[in-house]
Amino acid sequence: MDVTASLTEPAAGPGAEFAIDGSEPPPDTGAYLDHAATTPMTSAALAAFVEHARHTGNASSLHSAGRAARRTVEESRETVAAALGARPSEVIFTASGTEADNLAIKGMFWGRRAEDKRRTRILVSAVEHHAVLDPAFWLAGHAGAQVILLPVDAEGRLDLDALRAELAEHHAETALVSVMWANNEVGTVQPVQDVVRIARHHDIPVHADAVQAVGQLPVDFAASGADAMTVSGHKLGGPAGVGALLARRDLPLDAVLHGGGQERGVRSGTLDVPAVAAFAVAVRDAVAGREAHAARIAALRDELVAHVRDAVPDAILCGPDPQADPGGRLPGNAHFAFPGAEGDSLLYLLDSAGVQASTGSACQAGVPQPSHVLLAMGVPETAARGALRFSLGTTSTRDDVARLVAALPQVVERARAAGLVGGGRS
Amino acid sequence: MKVLAAMSGGVDSAVAAALAVEAGHDVVGVHMALSRNRDRFRTGSRGCCSIEDAGDARRAADVLGIPYYVWDLSETFEETVVADFLSEYEAGRTPNPCVRCNEHIKFEALLDKATALGFDAVATGHYARIEVSDDGAGEVARELHRSPNTAKDQSYVLAVMGPQRLARAMFPLGGFATKDEVRAEAAKRGLSVSAKPDSYDICFVADGDTRGFLRERLGSKPGEIVDTSGTVVGEHDGAYAYTVGQRKGLGLGRPAADGKARYVVDVQTSTNTVVVGPAELLSVNRIAGEKAIWFDGVLDALSSDDGWFAAEVQVRAHGAPVPARVRAAGPASDTMEIELTGEPLRGVAAGQSVVAYAGTRVLGQATVTAARRA
Repeated sequence: MDVTASLTEPAAGPGAEFAIDGSEPPPDTGAYLDHAATTPMTSAALAAFVEHARHTGNASSLHSAGRAARRTVEESRETVAAALGARPSEVIFTASGTEADNLAIKGMFWGRRAEDKRRTRILVSAVEHHAVLDPAFWLAGHAGAQVILLPVDAEGRLDLDALRAELAEHHAETALVSVMWANNEVGTVQPVQDVVRIARHHDIPVHADAVQAVGQLPVDFAASGADAMTVSGHKLGGPAGVGALLARRDLPLDAVLHGGGQERGVRSGTLDVPAVAAFAVAVRDAVAGREAHAARIAALRDELVAHVRDAVPDAILCGPDPQADPGGRLPGNAHFAFPGAEGDSLLYLLDSAGVQASTGSACQAGVPQPSHVLLAMGVPETAARGALRFSLGTTSTRDDVARLVAALPQVVERARAAGLVGGGRS
Repeated sequence: MKVLAAMSGGVDSAVAAALAVEAGHDVVGVHMALSRNRDRFRTGSRGCCSIEDAGDARRAADVLGIPYYVWDLSETFEETVVADFLSEYEAGRTPNPCVRCNEHIKFEALLDKATALGFDAVATGHYARIEVSDDGAGEVARELHRSPNTAKDQSYVLAVMGPQRLARAMFPLGGFATKDEVRAEAAKRGLSVSAKPDSYDICFVADGDTRGFLRERLGSKPGEIVDTSGTVVGEHDGAYAYTVGQRKGLGLGRPAADGKARYVVDVQTSTNTVVVGPAELLSVNRIAGEKAIWFDGVLDALSSDDGWFAAEVQVRAHGAPVPARVRAAGPASDTMEIELTGEPLRGVAAGQSVVAYAGTRVLGQATVTAARRA
């Protein structure tokens, strides 16, 4: 396909005709460059959601209403499984990606340790999402786990030698390895296949958080060899509040939520049928349209990177350079540090100019903290404080990039001036 | 105007932000995070610093339909307000951290950052008025005045900001005579903080236990409590924790010979000694202050030939003003000399702020260096 010709027009469907009643044009919401935070629901997913929200039925009930709900859930399960290279019985629906990560880390830790109580070590990359890191550290604080943070290189890529060395020495005490498919902040694609190969050699199960990857990278659960994998609805055109953990049937996995025994007993709770149905539609479409979508947003992203570098020559691109290493980075991700400026000043000034981006890092009560991802990559704290992520999605256009690039020089200059006087920190 | 509304999470700053919005300004709410290790929930009578308070501020901003940010000023706060609090107590003086916060945080770090980001003014929920007068020739004068709400008036802790910064400050609650009116305004706008209790304590001191905080940060330094004749009458854990005029918490085993109450009359940190004596020793009518700030036109317009002018002075946030004559001294007029012309004041400690008024108008302020009886 001719990628450049389609840059100005978003792919048909998502976001374009978002006013449900069709009467009013959507308001100018500015340049939305935060698709990695959440991305618009596709029309098809929204239609599925609305359709199934009309019906009453608990998927666990045996009467006809229940059976209808059950059928929707199971068809959705088959759809998700088919799209992601999994078997339907491997799909465990959850209420979020975070819940799926918690189930993976806690469930695998408890399950594996129950088999052999020496297994207390949890190996995670230092750049994991907090939904992986925090349950791991919770287990360290409450359940006798030891968390090993595996180092990454300057581009955020896992140090495989460190993993090899760790497992060579401690494989008998290792409960699990968790390495994300692609990083949510800087977009670095992790060598999941290599991780699996190394871990498999020692019979250690691997979990991969693929929340950012599905819909942007080819993701095949069976081919990857991973034992568990997290997917989230609202990152790929589905609703928020639904996700899934794909888990091999032979994986020791204890329940986190106890109750009615749904989802093969490891995730109790009445299933949200409309959300599950919409999620399945979104996964199916995201995977089917991935190649064209990824090519389109990668070209747009490359344009964004080039223009940001022109506009602010001393901006530092964090993560792999897409020119040098096209496959090393999520196609929709760009991430820059602007030394001397603070992230919250940059966000405010960009927002005022109608550009919505993210610092990409976690907040504590809204206070931006220097990103653990950037610090793990060796980015100095002063530069890490002025980091911004720009993430593209289905509705992104050249106009969005143009709006960013037009505003950016003045925004950075002003944020740097504020960094010199305010807070006395920079 | 582009206005930054400082939002603590309390009712006053929420209503101030609302009034700024309704006045037609382009308002952005900012909550200052002043501590890295914030409590999750509000406790006691501290009212600004927990994560719950940040949430209350965010909710108020949502109701007002304005953007909301949290600015992390915790390092500056620690380096200025908390460090000053500790070093002043350590030196035997009595600091007012709210004054230092207005000086270094709200009307310096926050205001300067806001200005650099393109804001024209910072609006706060303080109870004080700014009066602007124009002489017709384009010369604009700004005066800081007491709030009509005498119980809540905060002109005393604001005086330190000085005249230049008044031009970039906005106190939308300046006209409110009672807190109930402010609460009613909050309720009218659906602001859920309308019934939130007032805060009193020093925000960074848990449970209002200043002495405990000082001991924790400065360590225990046991020493003697003596009377004015030098007789040891008790012991203490650190002279820094005592303040001139203090009567409670001395823990003196032996009553005074005359049976009268004893007060701290001096804190000698060089010898780590606390001196106690009768109330009469606390009475002063001469006060000297350093780092004096004078509001526009005060020195030119009010001074007589010898530099003195009539005023009232106040030495505590909620103390009563007393009549005095005041003059500027020092090469840059940065010293304030005060002679009380009526009743003497009791318990004026070095480190306190002294503010000079003419009626409701703030004339100037200084930090007390010495107080004596003449």
